[in-house]
Amino acid sequence: MTSVSSQLGLEASFTVRRSPEFTLDLSMAIPPGRTVALLGPNGAGKSTAVAALAGLIQVDSGRIELGGRTLDDAGQARFLPPEERRVGVVFQDYVLFPHLSVAENIAFGPRSHRMGREPAMERAALWMKRLSLDDLAQRKPGELSGGQAQRVALARALAIEPDLLLLDEPLSALDIVTRALSRRALTEHLAQFPGPRLLITHDPSEAFLLADDIHVIEGGRVTQVGNADEIRLRPRTPYIADLAGSNLLSGIAHDGLVQIGATGLRIADHTLEGPVLITIHPRTISLHRGRPEGSARNLWETSIALIELLGDRARLQVSDPLALTVEVTREAIDDLELDTGARVWLSIKATEIGVEADYPGAYAIS
Amino acid sequence: MLALAIIGLSVFVIPLLGLLSRVPWGDLGELVSSDLVIDALRLSLLSSLAATAISTLLGVPLAWVMARTEFRGRSIVRALIMLPLVLPPVVGGAALLFALGRRGLLGEPLNQATGLVLPYSAWGVVLATTFVAMPFLVITVEGALRNLDPRFEGAASTLGAGRWSVMRRVTLPMIGPSLLAGLVLTWARAFGEFGATITFAGNLQGKTQTLPLAVFVALESNRDAAVAISLVMVVISLAVLIALRDRWWRAW
Repeated sequence: MTSVSSQLGLEASFTVRRSPEFTLDLSMAIPPGRTVALLGPNGAGKSTAVAALAGLIQVDSGRIELGGRTLDDAGQARFLPPEERRVGVVFQDYVLFPHLSVAENIAFGPRSHRMGREPAMERAALWMKRLSLDDLAQRKPGELSGGQAQRVALARALAIEPDLLLLDEPLSALDIVTRALSRRALTEHLAQFPGPRLLITHDPSEAFLLADDIHVIEGGRVTQVGNADEIRLRPRTPYIADLAGSNLLSGIAHDGLVQIGATGLRIADHTLEGPVLITIHPRTISLHRGRPEGSARNLWETSIALIELLGDRARLQVSDPLALTVEVTREAIDDLELDTGARVWLSIKATEIGVEADYPGAYAIS
Repeated sequence: MLALAIIGLSVFVIPLLGLLSRVPWGDLGELVSSDLVIDALRLSLLSSLAATAISTLLGVPLAWVMARTEFRGRSIVRALIMLPLVLPPVVGGAALLFALGRRGLLGEPLNQATGLVLPYSAWGVVLATTFVAMPFLVITVEGALRNLDPRFEGAASTLGAGRWSVMRRVTLPMIGPSLLAGLVLTWARAFGEFGATITFAGNLQGKTQTLPLAVFVALESNRDAAVAISLVMVVISLAVLIALRDRWWRAW
């Protein structure tokens, strides 16, 4: 990292026309040491953004600057090809070279930067050590597990000592257990990378947990920018409310009960033990004026802290005993005569609660 | 099913048996070591290898462009590349003559500028064989490139590899088996080339007479020699095909 780039980071504002109907229009600045997530559904233009930043396609207007260097400037007809950008990319599905060993994959970048074979292999060895890949040096990518392949891809990208790190869906190729492990490890590796980092993902919880700032992208346009809380609690479009607006809590599971602070939540899975992440979609929380009949086991009384209207729906915030967002129709607001401060009963079915094992010690395990 | 398969196989085997039944085993050593055969064998091997080398050098970039870029008139270009597969080689040879002969469209200015005469020369043999054989390489490699995820090349370039480096370190190794299959097909077609060669390069012993041409001549004058030369070709071709069979089948 030069001192210039550590001050400037990434500054990008550009458009790419992929078809007559679809144009990506993206503006973002990422200071060094900060992680931004580009969160959006499939077809939103995320892959196009990766390709443009990496130099695999040219922008149609605007410019991309990294560490004070101009990577692409449509106005000045300047275009730096990918091999000169120093943008490290962890590709979706990793795209490791199948004919090369793990060590050769990681040494590929240093070798391309006119480094001799010996120093390049030493550089590779260094990164294998940092990412606990030493034992796999001679393996071929086809012989790696998903989590191992992801670490090789990360090592390969970092070994060129890039000025920008791009991670395109780095966890989506992994099974659920490995994903939780890898996410923890990734957090630590990202923290050690001094430059700007851009995480591309369709998974809100991934964005919330790994990124400092989130850019939500829909149909080629950024529809909201903010940190995890701002996105979750104040979603600005129905898509964000649907996809990103889930309640995310962490607690300790034991025999079908998750302890979150002083509150216990009943879950359907009795096999999970230890730290877990919990997602509750705001629409799966039922709201009642009086204590409801029936057998919902997660039931408590609270008061409404805030009501926000969003199209034909409304989102309510409650803070006690759990900070939760609840979504109801606008009709329900009128029918139940809901207002800020109103006392209400909330119930959540155990089967509606998403639970995923979390691993505080994941880095040590992996 | 099996009966038909056996009949199908016999289509390949029976002519071979016919050839073997006429081999003059007693005089074989003498026949195949004659100047005529040695000259033709050397020319055939050198020209087919040269044609394979040129086809690779030019055919791989052509295949890359066909597989990786979009342009108008691609289907016409594809048809032009395939044409030598369909065209009678004699027609190809005649076309080469009109283009590159001493009085040809390009041949005349080329001759005036450099004194180079392609027809009826060893380079003429190479050119004629390349014309006929290169499509096999282009088609095989293009197919392989289409099946190769372009993201591998993209990943290599983000890691700092320039276009030729990507080709050498990623593209070619990854399509290796198909490339080898294409090389073998191209070489085999070049080795057996007859029509375009005799039309464009003639049939001069020691200069442009390849093994197939020598067989053709010998059939008229010395049948034993024709059989002996044919046997040499069968043995060489079978040896190459069998030696490469494993990689060959895997690629296909």
